[in-house]
Amino acid sequence: MLNISGIHEGYVLDHIQAGMSMKIYDYLKLGELGDATIAMIMNAKSQKMGHKDIIKIECPLGTIDLDILGYIDHNITVDVIKDDKIIKKEKLSLPKQVVNVIKCKNPRCITSIEQGLDQIFVLTDPKKEVYRCKYCEEAYSGK
Amino acid sequence: MRHCMSPLDFSVDEIDELMGLAADIEENPAKYAHACDGKRLATCFYEPSTRTRLSFESAMLRLGGQTLGFASADSSSAAKGESVADTVRVISGYADICAMRHPKEGAPLVASTKSEIPVINAGDGGHNHPTQTLTDLYTIHSLIGRLDNFTIGLCGDLKFGRTVHSLISALVRYTGLHFILISPEELKIPSYIREDVLRRSKATFEEVESLEDAMPQLDVLYMTRVQKERFFNEEDYVRLKDRYILTREKMKPAKEKMIILHPLPRVNEISVDVDDDPRAQYFTQAKKAVFVRMALILTLLGIQVDPAIPQPSNEGGNR
Repeated sequence: MLNISGIHEGYVLDHIQAGMSMKIYDYLKLGELGDATIAMIMNAKSQKMGHKDIIKIECPLGTIDLDILGYIDHNITVDVIKDDKIIKKEKLSLPKQVVNVIKCKNPRCITSIEQGLDQIFVLTDPKKEVYRCKYCEEAYSGK
Repeated sequence: MRHCMSPLDFSVDEIDELMGLAADIEENPAKYAHACDGKRLATCFYEPSTRTRLSFESAMLRLGGQTLGFASADSSSAAKGESVADTVRVISGYADICAMRHPKEGAPLVASTKSEIPVINAGDGGHNHPTQTLTDLYTIHSLIGRLDNFTIGLCGDLKFGRTVHSLISALVRYTGLHFILISPEELKIPSYIREDVLRRSKATFEEVESLEDAMPQLDVLYMTRVQKERFFNEEDYVRLKDRYILTREKMKPAKEKMIILHPLPRVNEISVDVDDDPRAQYFTQAKKAVFVRMALILTLLGIQVDPAIPQPSNEGGNR
């Protein structure tokens, strides 16, 4: 059994679909967090999911954009840790819009040529979890 | 400041007001002949257009205003690589309102976020063409007297035809509408229009392939062109372009008061011998586009013409 110590301040992202943690590492730009200590546990056994990934991040609170996490997978659970204790369990929901996380794939979209333009996607169908490009309204596929 | 990006930017009540204003302009053009004195419309057309650009220019001139602009990307700074955002910032200093056509979808929206003047989307790729939709609504309203309780047949390229998508989205907000979607299998309406717009509305609809079968039911027949520029494969275009050709013969079972609309330009989907039929209203539709654009320009500029003050009657002239 692999043991990873608890964290003093930061976040524990649990119930990540097995194999998705590297993608989340990139989406959350964890490599750019500077002094943060990050532990990634991949393919851990889970009663609920069979297998799952877990990410532990030792960093000052408020550093991570949980809205993005909600977009990636709102079934992920987030424990917020302060002074070695869980002070909050964040409930993730689908963000109303995501900025500069995904790119529009429509070659006819203005985002394909306009410099300095933010990639903005708006949640248009919460039931089907459909996000559309703010500019051309093309649905994003390939999350 | 308000822009016009999509026909859905306006509520049903606001569209009613716009239709009312367009009707008043059409009936009393002299009253509005100087409403935009001293105002300038910039027509920024990054791709060729005949009707839309000239119709916008005609609208502004008839309101007493002036126009400036460019008619292709080659004759603008876009050829030097200037962004839409920078271009519109500059143009904001030269004009009071801007009509923009751009081949890239969402370009007018980008412009609207940086502009200091109202921006009208005059067509952005295959995405939106709100003033065409407003024209369609106004034409239907003025010719059949209502925007509810009628059966409309949309025929031809329903897959790539942005005018059809926008018109459906605008019409489903009215009650008692029945849509007959007439197209070959390959050019059927996209699923997001079927599922997200039609099925979520109170309107009823059916998808058929035969124009002849649908004809007797229609109050409005909206023909579209199979657009060559939307096909990556020449073979597919050639195979589908002649699928629907409206002729006098095919119109025999149609209602006497049915109206035929078309966003134009047509190629061969409406035979020229139909033009003389009183039900053929596509040229009327193009004419009415000017009044709608006049109403839109006035609305976005916040100009109200007081009916109590008589206006000089030299229609179209600049002072």
